[in-house]
Amino acid sequence: MKSNAVIGQQEKVVVNRKKMKKQDIVPYLFIAPAVILFAIFMAYPIIASFILSFQTSQGGEMVFNGIANYQRLISDQIFLKALGNTFLFLAIQVPIMLSLAIILSTCLNSALVKLKGIFRVSFFLPAVTSLVAYSIIFSVMLMEEGVINQVITSLGADRIPWLSHPTWAKVALITAITWRWVGYNMVIYLAALQNIPEELYEAASMDGASKIRQFFSITVPQLKPVILFTAVLSTIGTLQLFDEPFTLTGGGPSDSTLTIGMYLYQTGFRYFDFGYASAVAYVIVVLIGIMTFIQFKVTGDK
Amino acid sequence: MRKKPLQKVFLYIALVIGAIISLFPFYWALMGATNESGKMFSSSLIMLPGSKLVENIVNLNEQIGIGRVMFNSLFVSITYTILALLISTMAAYAFAKFQFKGRNVIFAIFLLSMMIPYHATVIPLFKMMAALGWLNTYQALILPNLAYPFAIFLMRQNMLAFPTALMEAARIDGAGEWKIFWKIVLPSMKPALAATAIFLFMFQWNNFLWPLVAVNTTDMYTFPVALSSLFGLSRIDYGQVMAGVSLATVPIIIFFLMLQRHFISGMLGSAVK
Repeated sequence: MKSNAVIGQQEKVVVNRKKMKKQDIVPYLFIAPAVILFAIFMAYPIIASFILSFQTSQGGEMVFNGIANYQRLISDQIFLKALGNTFLFLAIQVPIMLSLAIILSTCLNSALVKLKGIFRVSFFLPAVTSLVAYSIIFSVMLMEEGVINQVITSLGADRIPWLSHPTWAKVALITAITWRWVGYNMVIYLAALQNIPEELYEAASMDGASKIRQFFSITVPQLKPVILFTAVLSTIGTLQLFDEPFTLTGGGPSDSTLTIGMYLYQTGFRYFDFGYASAVAYVIVVLIGIMTFIQFKVTGDK
Repeated sequence: MRKKPLQKVFLYIALVIGAIISLFPFYWALMGATNESGKMFSSSLIMLPGSKLVENIVNLNEQIGIGRVMFNSLFVSITYTILALLISTMAAYAFAKFQFKGRNVIFAIFLLSMMIPYHATVIPLFKMMAALGWLNTYQALILPNLAYPFAIFLMRQNMLAFPTALMEAARIDGAGEWKIFWKIVLPSMKPALAATAIFLFMFQWNNFLWPLVAVNTTDMYTFPVALSSLFGLSRIDYGQVMAGVSLATVPIIIFFLMLQRHFISGMLGSAVK
């Protein structure tokens, strides 16, 4: 393979063989730090945890025990519960969040709206906050006597046991995550909206199509690749969910908000069962692979 | 045309409600930081600035040592951002502007690794750091994500558009490869560099799982870990907690507001390309 540099000075190549050699290693020097660090701190751990997932600790030594960790997972009720919770969050939270983000970006993109910049920053600000910080704010607001219940009682309804009831705790978590990530996805959609040709809308208006009709027959289809992109990102994020349940609900009450990511942390760093925790990690890896593949299949071919 | 004013009203109502929901928790945290614990649970929706800010901060300082935590978070995040930005940009430059054996394979591996959850690396990393005796050190916090695939991807997308002819002209003039990268390519990449820098800084400033695992002495806590430890106490002073949350959040918001144009346009660039 020739480097661009070599093509640029072809006349000199014959004269200067030595220099060409030097040119060839230049790109390798540029990628070397990234590749070395990646190999040590990403590639090696990924492989090591795969091997660990087939091992168990015996008297302080890691020994192979075949697929025993994975067999144990299948009949582990807590793991299955965490898996179910994670998929429930995925199935409910991601569609709500992405729909809200599309609606908001369409509103913001409308020619009627002034002060776009201020709205855009307001919606995006939650995405800047640390996951731990916003989870803490939400947990204070969602307490029995917290501000959200104050609003609800002032409207005449009963207090909601946000964090102490299994179902409401799930609702609380979904609400919090949606608050954090809608603006982030909105910004991605805003970018994509700029690329939809204005003529499409003009033609539709001329044909008498309503704004809502235009939204479903022009905006949504045109955004499809970007919706896929955000759906994949959100799926990966949800399958790894950790910071929010850890801070907001601690996985409770009675494991109703325990996620696979939290279960991994508990088995790995509370019970120090590294082999078993690595098996949990690889379940997450495989699930992300499968879900991404499905999403590409469902939306990709058109 | 008749319908436009009504449409406009609905649009604004929706957007204003959305903005209030987005901003209310920030307001609540800031006001909470200036009041005593009980104020957050009284029956008024509007909380006014109180006079307890100093007291809350003093209490918080006794609990977690704000100076130390702030230093840890700033030192780790800034060092990380500078190093990761340099390393990622160098790699991105090679991927965007050179033809070399293995380029596509290596780039594909970087991209694929973005799909591997962080969790899959945490346990071996922990064992590695423990074996090196690096638990509770800055290098343990800084090193692991220096080669950040998303940053490499973002920078590469932005560098693809850089005119190769400029590099060739400099080469003919006898400029060295490093000089071409440093003096010719980088200066024209400022918006992309800013966007990537914000991204990296936010990632590290907000990072929780790895610091939680790699650090267990209070003098090495970063902000998220310290906040989380505060929240685990049996008697929680919420004024103090909100002061901590505000201190951890305000710097990153200021940082973001200063550079938000670059950040949003950088994100936009990477998403559409």
